[in-house]
Amino acid sequence: MSTPPPWTAESLLAAVHDLLAEHDPATTSVKDFLGARYDAGLAWIHFPEGFGGLAAPRSLQQVVNDAFAAAGAPTLDPGRHGIGLGMAAPTLLAFGDDAVKNRFLRPLWTGEEVWCQLFSEPGAGSDLAALGTRAVRDGDGWTVDGQKVWTSLAHEAQWAILVTRTDPDVPKHRGMTYFVCDMTAPGVEVRPLRQATGEAEFNEVFLTGVRIPDAHRLGEVGDGWRVAQTTLMNERVAIGSHPVPREGGLIGLVARRWREQPEARTPGLHDALLRLWVDAEAARLTGERLRQQLAAGQPGPEGSAAKLAFARLNQQISGLELELLGGEGLTYDDWTFRRPAHPSMEGGTPGYRYLRAKGNSIEGGTSEILRTIIAERILGLPPEIRVDKDVAWKDLAK
Amino acid sequence: MSATPDPQLGPTPQHTPDLQYSEVEQELRVSVRALLAARAPQSATLARTETEQPVDTGLWQALGAELGVTGLAVPEKSGGAGASWRETAVVLEELGRAVAPVPYLGSAVLATAALLAVDEAELLPGLAAGRQVAALAVPFATALLPSGPHPTDPGDAAFPASVRADAGGLLHGTVRLVADARTADAFVVPARGADGTPALYAVEGQAAAGVVVGPVVSLDMTRALADLSFDGAAGRLLAEGDDAVRAVRTALTTGAALLASEQLGVAEWALETTTAYVKERHQFGRPVGSFQAVKHRLADLWVSVAQLRAVARNAADALATGSADAPVAAALAQAFASPVAVAATEEAVQLHGGIGFTWEHPAHLYLKRAKSASIALGTADRHRAILAALVDLPSPLPLSALPLSPHSEEHHG
Repeated sequence: MSTPPPWTAESLLAAVHDLLAEHDPATTSVKDFLGARYDAGLAWIHFPEGFGGLAAPRSLQQVVNDAFAAAGAPTLDPGRHGIGLGMAAPTLLAFGDDAVKNRFLRPLWTGEEVWCQLFSEPGAGSDLAALGTRAVRDGDGWTVDGQKVWTSLAHEAQWAILVTRTDPDVPKHRGMTYFVCDMTAPGVEVRPLRQATGEAEFNEVFLTGVRIPDAHRLGEVGDGWRVAQTTLMNERVAIGSHPVPREGGLIGLVARRWREQPEARTPGLHDALLRLWVDAEAARLTGERLRQQLAAGQPGPEGSAAKLAFARLNQQISGLELELLGGEGLTYDDWTFRRPAHPSMEGGTPGYRYLRAKGNSIEGGTSEILRTIIAERILGLPPEIRVDKDVAWKDLAK
Repeated sequence: MSATPDPQLGPTPQHTPDLQYSEVEQELRVSVRALLAARAPQSATLARTETEQPVDTGLWQALGAELGVTGLAVPEKSGGAGASWRETAVVLEELGRAVAPVPYLGSAVLATAALLAVDEAELLPGLAAGRQVAALAVPFATALLPSGPHPTDPGDAAFPASVRADAGGLLHGTVRLVADARTADAFVVPARGADGTPALYAVEGQAAAGVVVGPVVSLDMTRALADLSFDGAAGRLLAEGDDAVRAVRTALTTGAALLASEQLGVAEWALETTTAYVKERHQFGRPVGSFQAVKHRLADLWVSVAQLRAVARNAADALATGSADAPVAAALAQAFASPVAVAATEEAVQLHGGIGFTWEHPAHLYLKRAKSASIALGTADRHRAILAALVDLPSPLPLSALPLSPHSEEHHG
């Protein structure tokens, strides 16, 4: 048995060019082009052959992505497919059997199926492991009852990654099981969750007697927490593949307003603006340093800090922006209930940005939890005292 | 997020800076740290502050003769190592981490940068080898406002020249609070000629006729300051006019950019030492570092120090590559580094509790270094004013409303 030569940037680029020669991005549909890319192993190149990859070094993914981008090849909207691509796919790869991987990975990659994440509950936010959505054995499957919350894309998704409680008699981390849930199954009800902005960017999801086949379980029964860790490891501030330009974020909007509105300038606002400009530039350079470390194969721990820093910056900058508006800062564009078209900080109005930024220090790990993570995992400080560690889940105060 | 630079926004750097440490830089760090651990332990540095020789001349010579790091940015033809300001910055990180009492910032950075800017050939070899020490004769708090096309720009009015050159080239005047002048063998002196033209002179020999070096009791016990008096001292003309202004500007920009690396070293020491202490120190039957009020403060500090590392690397890289962005990178570095280094050392004192407030514990040496460095080469506030001009975020007040140099109306003595 001979071992094929390891993949190199050159051999990968040759494969990209072969694919482009057979599938012209200008005349091929997005679905077909991405399908061809999956079948050629040029989706996630570090995935195994047959599942969208070539078992190639992950560090060469960027070379492949850049080559496709340079040829004008299509990509999926990260706002719609980010949870599938970034969180579901690595978990399916790590814990799914071949049947699961064959069923789900290709339509996830091509964008034919949208994914969402059923993790947080009204009683389990920062303390995710306290979750209480029950899954009970029922013949060759499971029956699920409970309530999930803060679910982006639930109203558009065909599939969800779901963590449930299967054994309430053991301490909370040990009694969980992880599933793939069909969002079109009977008993799944999605209700919009309206936020302070007036929009409903998220959902509540009510699960009532929902049937899930055992074949859609990921990982062992009772091992759901470990599976969820794989998912959550991939939920971090996405470090882009290219440098962000100076004034590339919210600070750019405020700086432009300052330049265009000399009448709004006061010494106090000027001082506040300069302080935030300095902090934003420091955060940008820190992200750039992390990007360079990742590209060199030396991931640094700065990623944990990035979300903390950007949440604070977004809140402070969007607050200053409203003050710069003077009287106009008293207005808002529209409180009418609606689904956001493109949830993004730079879209919308200054009032929307100010309100939406309040979520930045809560979603994806509160700033308080992030500080504890940095203190314990990076600085090695003693862990929090855990009063619930050896208590059966059913006996916890709720 | 759009990745396309908008020409209507502020100036965007032309190239992406290298913000990492090269293998050579890492090896350099190891050598410098080992030398400092052997020759300048904190106990010895503290004891030295109360002697007649607060500057460690032996350590300075060892940095030059044994490690060859006193002339890293000086070309080989001038007796230097032919490396760059990036490597110099790594040395400064280690000197800051050790609060080493050597005239590195004053001589190997400020004076050397001014001499390099005018292609000086006589003094540089001695400085690069660590045989001699030179000081740039400007008040240590100086940061020049930018000169440019705007009518409110001060241009060479900001040139720091309390010294006058008479028709015979003899220098007269005083310069207060000069960094690393205490043991200097030579002085690089900005002065104005009889007709007001800016000029740059070299004055060689501490014992030179007409030079008085007056020691100052400085807040930073590990960086000696001195007041300089020139009373008919003989100066060698290095540059005149725009060349002289440019040389002083370059030296101050280089100093501001690289001081951030020293501040990074100070802040790293404070964070690491405090983190280690709160793991060991027990009160109420638990490590002090298990209390969330303490953990979260140190987590915030870690974030700030990680950001300072990126900012300091950016500044050193901009100098080393001759980037047009260097003035922005330097002002950003000082605007960001000063509050972070001060906060780190203040947290070190507070989180050590009583022991952190004693003379015996080295925390106060770092606190004094950090607070002094936050004023040195311009406060954060002054560098924010400089940035405002450089990146087109204009103040409602004209630049001319700011004093040309801090407290320039005082100290005429």
